[in-house]
Amino acid sequence: MLHIIVCIKQVPMVSELPWDPRTGTLKRETAQGMMDPAARRALEAALQIKADRTSGPVRITAVSMGPPMAEEVLYEARALGADRGVLLTDPCMAGADTCMTAVILGKFIKNHCPDAGLILCGSMSSDSETAQVGPQLAEDLDIPAIGYARRLELLDGCIRVERHVDDFLELMEMDLPGLVTIDHAGESDRYTPRYVALGGVEAAFNTGNIQVMNRRALGLDHAFNALKHSPTKIMDVYSPVTEKKGRVLTGAVKKMVDTLFDDYGKIISSAMGKDLKTHDHEEDK
Amino acid sequence: MEKQIWVWADYRNYFQSRVTLQILARATDLAKKTNAVVCAVVFGDRVDEYVAEYIAHGAQKVYVTDDPVLNIYNVESYAFLLSALVRRFQPETLLVGATRFGQEIAPRVAKQLNTGLTADCIDLDIDDKGRLVQIAPSFGGNLIAKIITPNTRPQMATIRPGTFQELPHDDDAKGEIIPISLPGHMPAPRVRCLKSELHPVRARKIEIADIVITGGRGMGSKGKFKKLFDLAALLNAEVGATRPVVYADWISSDAMVGQAGKHIRPKLLFSFGVSGAIQHTAALADAKFIVAVNKNPNATMMKLADVALVADANQACSGIIRAVKDRIRD
Repeated sequence: MLHIIVCIKQVPMVSELPWDPRTGTLKRETAQGMMDPAARRALEAALQIKADRTSGPVRITAVSMGPPMAEEVLYEARALGADRGVLLTDPCMAGADTCMTAVILGKFIKNHCPDAGLILCGSMSSDSETAQVGPQLAEDLDIPAIGYARRLELLDGCIRVERHVDDFLELMEMDLPGLVTIDHAGESDRYTPRYVALGGVEAAFNTGNIQVMNRRALGLDHAFNALKHSPTKIMDVYSPVTEKKGRVLTGAVKKMVDTLFDDYGKIISSAMGKDLKTHDHEEDK
Repeated sequence: MEKQIWVWADYRNYFQSRVTLQILARATDLAKKTNAVVCAVVFGDRVDEYVAEYIAHGAQKVYVTDDPVLNIYNVESYAFLLSALVRRFQPETLLVGATRFGQEIAPRVAKQLNTGLTADCIDLDIDDKGRLVQIAPSFGGNLIAKIITPNTRPQMATIRPGTFQELPHDDDAKGEIIPISLPGHMPAPRVRCLKSELHPVRARKIEIADIVITGGRGMGSKGKFKKLFDLAALLNAEVGATRPVVYADWISSDAMVGQAGKHIRPKLLFSFGVSGAIQHTAALADAKFIVAVNKNPNATMMKLADVALVADANQACSGIIRAVKDRIRD
């Protein structure tokens, strides 16, 4: 039996967070969580392997590290077909950089899934975009890894992977156990995620069988502190906006558009390589 | 012992070569501030030409392992070699281009060395304690973070291609070449490359277009988003999109403009209903003139614009289509 572990991150629903029209500030608290789109593709890859009769029996464990609310994505994974959902959550795991995240996930796999044959991750999450956790988890487990897979083919004791990296189309073969990250920007539709009816998610919620593991259950040392032990430290965070002193137009659409073409027609027509009439004003001169 | 800043040489294609030269240029600036030596590290088979190129672009020393065994990029053997070299020569800093291969090898090396790694930096600096400040987009691309690696060495970062300007080629530059022989105990590769063919993705028109029209969720729906193509046809422009729009399947992923998508440099950019997450706006820095439309005057995209129209994106798009039709001289 092949045991596939799929690592799933919960990310904010939109990269463009909702704004408060009165104050113009971001409303972070209203940002909802969702399953990271690349992780969703990784889960899809696992489900397709499971559905393929030639794979033999397959068991899928979906695992996530995150705050308690991250269990939502595990219920969803269960509804989609994962056999088991495990949430690794503990205040001492907060603030983990990619290296410590890999240590925590690695601890779970080493201590609780020693039969893991294939580990699947999204190549890069939509919020952090580091692409580091997959390779670092493989290193933590001392297993081989292939990034940015577009297509997987399970063979006896190994896996074949097609990928497109830096303008090269590659076909790789890797011994198992091993880790594969699924390309977040796959152009083929092979791992386009399936969707689950709302009733399916509700049913999964009702079964209530997401396993929650804290530091102690996981087997991490009592002094474990992800923030403290992360080799990178965030010194400062700031908004990147470099504002132009641009011109702001308000009012009726028609009037704004006329102003745009009357005052900036030359720029627009020069970019187009075509002449545009600038109403009214030409005659004034 | 002298302080060294290392740049891992990624050279398989033109794009990868350029990012290596760009990082060498920035490493040269940083080295002046910390009194360090800029070094390139090159692995491969018959790599003389690359070694010469790196010296001509700022490398003062080049560590070279040149062996037929290394004729194909292999993340496991390259990571093994790089970690071993770092342990032996102990550079202060190790920089890698954020190509896909770079983003595979760097995390493995960082983990082997138990040191920190910051992904996809858009700037690098040195703080008052001489530490490398790694500047990278964070929190969904809405903010920029300054990150340091205070307690472990080397300080590692991957660098977004196109971030720095390469130095001019200097044929008279001198550099020391340090050959490193392949260790006798290379581990057997657990990943084997069966086929690797150069398949360049042709430059999309959007990357070279004079006029680009980008749309965000503010366009309202997949159906309304199509209106941007009508305007594009009139203006002879290309259409791009933000990540949420691509994820919502309003347009295919190759139209995504942003950190994980296309970088554009139009003379004129129309931006409709885009709020302006940094991961998107980072790819617009070279746009000459920006017209933005958004209901929210405080949206980041509106503040980046030369002309900002406070309006519903969809209605403004219709208005602009009418105006162009009306004004084109027959």
